[in-house]
Amino acid sequence: MLRIVGSYSLSIVHELGDFALFTGRAFRSAVGSRRLGKRIVRAGFEQGVRCLPVILIVGMFTGLVLGLQGYYVLNRFGSESLLGTLVSLSLVRELGPVLAALMLVGQAGSALAAELGIQRNTEQIAALETMGVSSHAYLVTPRLIAALLVYPMQTALFITVGLWGGSLSGSMLLGLEPGVYWSSVERAIESQDVRECFTKAATFGLLTIGLCAYHGFNAHRCRSATGARAVSASTTRAVVQSSIIVLAADYVITSFLV
Amino acid sequence: MSAATPDLLLHIEGLHKRFDDNVVLAGASLEVPRGSLVTVLGRSGTGKSVLLKCLADVIRPDEGVIRFDGKPLGVDDAVARADFRRRCSYLFQSNALFDSLSALENVALPLEQTTDLSDKEIRERSLEALRQLELDAHQDRYPSQLSGGMQKRLALARAIVTRPELVLFDEPTAGLDPLRRNAVFAMIAKYQRQFRFTALVVTHDLTEALIASDRVALLDKGRMCFEGTPAEFSASTEPVVCDFRDSAAALGSSLAAIRRGEAIHSEDS
Repeated sequence: MLRIVGSYSLSIVHELGDFALFTGRAFRSAVGSRRLGKRIVRAGFEQGVRCLPVILIVGMFTGLVLGLQGYYVLNRFGSESLLGTLVSLSLVRELGPVLAALMLVGQAGSALAAELGIQRNTEQIAALETMGVSSHAYLVTPRLIAALLVYPMQTALFITVGLWGGSLSGSMLLGLEPGVYWSSVERAIESQDVRECFTKAATFGLLTIGLCAYHGFNAHRCRSATGARAVSASTTRAVVQSSIIVLAADYVITSFLV
Repeated sequence: MSAATPDLLLHIEGLHKRFDDNVVLAGASLEVPRGSLVTVLGRSGTGKSVLLKCLADVIRPDEGVIRFDGKPLGVDDAVARADFRRRCSYLFQSNALFDSLSALENVALPLEQTTDLSDKEIRERSLEALRQLELDAHQDRYPSQLSGGMQKRLALARAIVTRPELVLFDEPTAGLDPLRRNAVFAMIAKYQRQFRFTALVVTHDLTEALIASDRVALLDKGRMCFEGTPAEFSASTEPVVCDFRDSAAALGSSLAAIRRGEAIHSEDS
C-alpha cells in the first residue's frame, strides 16, 4: 500500500516538474519565433470567438439562477435591495472566473489537446522539428499567450452577461426596481475584486491551456493506450486535470488575496 | 577515426541505437556522395527508419558519428545541428502534412518559420514549388482532398521549397501498389536530378531501388552489410545480399502463384 502511494506521489511530482519545464520551454521559445503575432491572433480566435456562444449562454443562465435564488433568500430577511450585491460579488469573486474557465476547458482546451494529440500521432510535430521549426514555439506558445489575454476577456463578458441575467430575473420577473439592483451592483464591486477576478482568470488560462497542450503534445507517452485511444485518453486526462486545477487554484488564490 | 572524404555530403560511422533491450542499430555506417541518390534497403523492422530518424535528429543515437559536409554533428552542438536542419529535408513515410493547412500553406510553412523572406517572396517560392510538382491547380485544397500520389508530391514540394542539399526519404513507396511505387521512385529520381539535391532513400522495394539509385546499401541486423552500385548489388555473392534478393524474387513468385490460383507453401510448413 505504502509502495503504491509512494509510486503514485512520485509520478505526480515528476509530471508536475515536466509540466513546469514544458510551459517554461514554451515561453522561452517565444524569443525569436517568427510570425508569432499572427499565430496568437489565430489562437485568440479559437479561444475567444469560437467559445463566445457557450460563455454567453452559461453566463446568462448563471445570472438568472443567482437572481432567482438570491431574491428568495434575501426576501426572507427583507433585503431584496441587496440582490445586486449578492449577484455581482458571487460572479466577480468566484463564479465568473471559475465557470468561464471550466467552459473554456470544455471547448477550447479539449479541442487543443485532441488537435495536438493527432498532430503527434500523424508525425506533424516531428515534421516541424525536422524543418528546424520549434514545435513549442509554433504550437504551444501562441496558445498560452492567447489564453493570458482571452481568459480575462471571456470572464469579463461572462460576468457582464451574468449581471444582466440577475437583473432580468430580479427586476423583470420578480419586480425589483432596476435602479435598486444596478446601484447595489455599483456599490458592491471594488477595484480589489476586479483585480482578484482578472488574476484568477489569467492564472486559470495559463494552467488549463498549458495542461491541455501538455497532454496533447505528449499523447505518444500515454502508458495506457496507443494511437487514437492515446489521443482520447490524453484529452480526457487534460480536461479532468484542468477542471480540478481550476478549483484548486481558485482556493489557493482566494486564500492569498482575501 | 577516418576523416570524411571531400566528395561525401553525409558520412555515418558506427551508429548505435537501442530501445530498452531491443538493439536496432549496431554500428551502422554509410557514405552518401554529394549529388547522388543512395538507397538503403532492408527488410521491415531492420532499423531503416530509425537510421533516418537519427539523421534527422528526431531520435538521438546512443553512439556513433554523423558527418555532414565534413563536419561532425555533435549531440550538443546546436549551431551545427541548426545548420544541418536548414540544409536538410525529411520526407516522412506518412507524408506528415498539416491537415488543417491548405497545400499552399503547407509548402509555405518552412519558409515562414525559418527564413526572413517577405510574404510576397514566400508566396512566389511556394507557388513555384507547387508548379514544379504540378500541384499549382490544387493550391487551395487541403491534404485530405488530394490523392495519395498528390500528397506525396505535396510533401516533396514542402521538402524542396527551402532548397535543401540533402533530402531524406522514409519508405516513400510503403503501402503503394506496384504502379504507384514505380511512379514515386521515378518522381524522386526525376526531381533529384532536376533540383540537384542529394537523396537518401530507405525502402524495401528492391526492383525500383536498383533502377533509380546511384548507390545501394543493405541494412541487416543493425549493420550495413553491403554498399555499392546497383550493378554490384545484383552481382554480389554475399549470402545476406543473395538472401535478400532471393526473398524479393520469392515474393514475386508467390504473388504470381496466387494470381494463377496455386496453393502457397511457406518455408514453415
